[in-house]
Amino acid sequence: MPRARPRAATPILLRDIDEPGLATLEVYERRGGYQAMRKALAMDQAAVVAELDASGLRGRGGAGFPAGRKAAFLPQGDMDRYLVCNADESEPGTFKDRELMAKNPHMLIEGIVIAAHAAGASRAFIYIRGEYEQQARVLDAALAEAAAAGYIGERILGGSFSCSVVLHRGAGAYICGEETGLLDSLEGKRGNPRLKPPFPAVQGLYQGPTLINNVETLSTMPHIIAMGGAEYAKLGVSGSTGTKVVSVSGHVQRPGNYEIELGTPSREIIFDLAGGPPEGRQVKLWFPGGSSSPVLTAADLDVPYDFDSLAKAGTMLGSGAIIVVDDSTPVLDVALKLAKFYRHESCGKCTPCREGTNWTVRMLERIDAGEATPMDLDIMASVQEHIIGNCLCVLGDAMAMPIGSMIAKFRDEFEAHMHSRQLAGAL
Amino acid sequence: MTRVTRFAHGSRVPGWDQAADLDKDPAGVPDPALVEVPAKLRAEIEAAMALYPDRRSAALPALAAAQRVHGWCSPEAIEQVACVMRLTPAYLSSVATFYDMFELEPVGPHSVYVCTNISCSLRGADALYDAIEQAAGDDPQINLRHFECLGACDIAPMVSVDQVYYGPLELADAQRLVDDLQAGREPIPDLALSRLRCADPKANA
Repeated sequence: MPRARPRAATPILLRDIDEPGLATLEVYERRGGYQAMRKALAMDQAAVVAELDASGLRGRGGAGFPAGRKAAFLPQGDMDRYLVCNADESEPGTFKDRELMAKNPHMLIEGIVIAAHAAGASRAFIYIRGEYEQQARVLDAALAEAAAAGYIGERILGGSFSCSVVLHRGAGAYICGEETGLLDSLEGKRGNPRLKPPFPAVQGLYQGPTLINNVETLSTMPHIIAMGGAEYAKLGVSGSTGTKVVSVSGHVQRPGNYEIELGTPSREIIFDLAGGPPEGRQVKLWFPGGSSSPVLTAADLDVPYDFDSLAKAGTMLGSGAIIVVDDSTPVLDVALKLAKFYRHESCGKCTPCREGTNWTVRMLERIDAGEATPMDLDIMASVQEHIIGNCLCVLGDAMAMPIGSMIAKFRDEFEAHMHSRQLAGAL
Repeated sequence: MTRVTRFAHGSRVPGWDQAADLDKDPAGVPDPALVEVPAKLRAEIEAAMALYPDRRSAALPALAAAQRVHGWCSPEAIEQVACVMRLTPAYLSSVATFYDMFELEPVGPHSVYVCTNISCSLRGADALYDAIEQAAGDDPQINLRHFECLGACDIAPMVSVDQVYYGPLELADAQRLVDDLQAGREPIPDLALSRLRCADPKANA
């Protein structure tokens, strides 16, 4: 069932995605693959970092930190440095990395070598979530091909730079997408996040300086090197340069991955590309950046889809996953689904998150059971406020922000739900 | 009022009355002379350990390998991994209990993970789970689980059967999925994610 895939005016990451056999080295090279790596390895380390800096590329994993600056943070000198590719894509609603890895694994490997060169790292690890077994197999085959061709491993292309790449499979834990939780998990421990600082750039994997980047960020790097950082920065808008693969899911007619230039109006992504909600339905609320982002309503559909505009609208671009909820679904169901997810995934290390997620689930269940009072909504809102900023990582915040925004924006509906359940109970 | 689950003596904490035996010494690193480890499993764990600067990094791949051999992270499986990796069984248990994909009790050989997170549930995943549960009945061969977002919201509602993704499923596909599994066929092959263009290079051959 081939699906029509509307594209950005200038697709970069998804340019060749439907090319048959793209996952093989032969086809990838025929499409110009590994040329950027040759170019990068001929440049010195500082020049590669400068290109990344000039591109204005911001991390595609969720935090949106400038990728060039992050690479420059690593202390230089005679020590082991590491590059870790975060392929533990677990944010509900996000499936861009899955498609990039399964269909174009060599683009990621090329990006890894370029980033490793920029950071001076001699060992790279791809931490892929355990559930992605098919994708791990594709990557394994691609890594074997790249190693045989001399593109990874000792003395790449016969030059002085060496970088080994190891594929590491996780085992099912959302928290391992958090960078320090991921590092602990990669060291063979429970995936508990660490106290920051020290940040991973200074003290990360095996206590060494570590650069951690998302799959999409690394996959973009070959294109930046190929076209030049300044040229890449012309795409998108100021502060949010380049293109982004957006995963659109939920109540839309054509869920899927769409590459857009940052700054595209959100309405265009949800309606023109993904087809909008089913016939006769209206957009009730939508998550612009995965389930952890504060929700927006139909009134916000014209917000440009970029980091700064979404921040101004009180939410975030996050992992670039739009989840659309139409008017057929009660907001309480959405809140309860999310709260249960975060309760299950909380690692339990910090009290506000461990207890806050648990209490939020119980209070939402009370509302649904008709046992709550209007005061409970205020208490629930204050629970969210007490989680934010009080934990080692942002997992608790990731529940508190969307739930807090739902209570603020749909308070009437929560109260109506509460009353109707109370009446039903009294009968 | 909502009933809070109570365990023995009214405690809300599961397992509080099964506390560790404080008179017993903790299990140390198993003696290699006393633990029999299948040669293939040993080779797989040792190969994993060689990939990392610190051998302990191989804990996850090693436990996954042992689970493939034993079907779940049984005490024997943990002991064998501990013996090869030179770690204590307690350490490995602490790791195994953290991750969703490690089974802590015996389960059926066919894993059926139904994503019931937000995007899939908006498209009917909860009803799909119920339909599969009803179709599977109490078949001990099928390990049916609710699972958190599996990263395939484009084919929602979806399931991962033995780590292969299928979707989108209609309610009627639930019975077909179970029938195919029970007959030993590849389940609902027409709904495999790999049928979508280029998901798998071999699919285009």
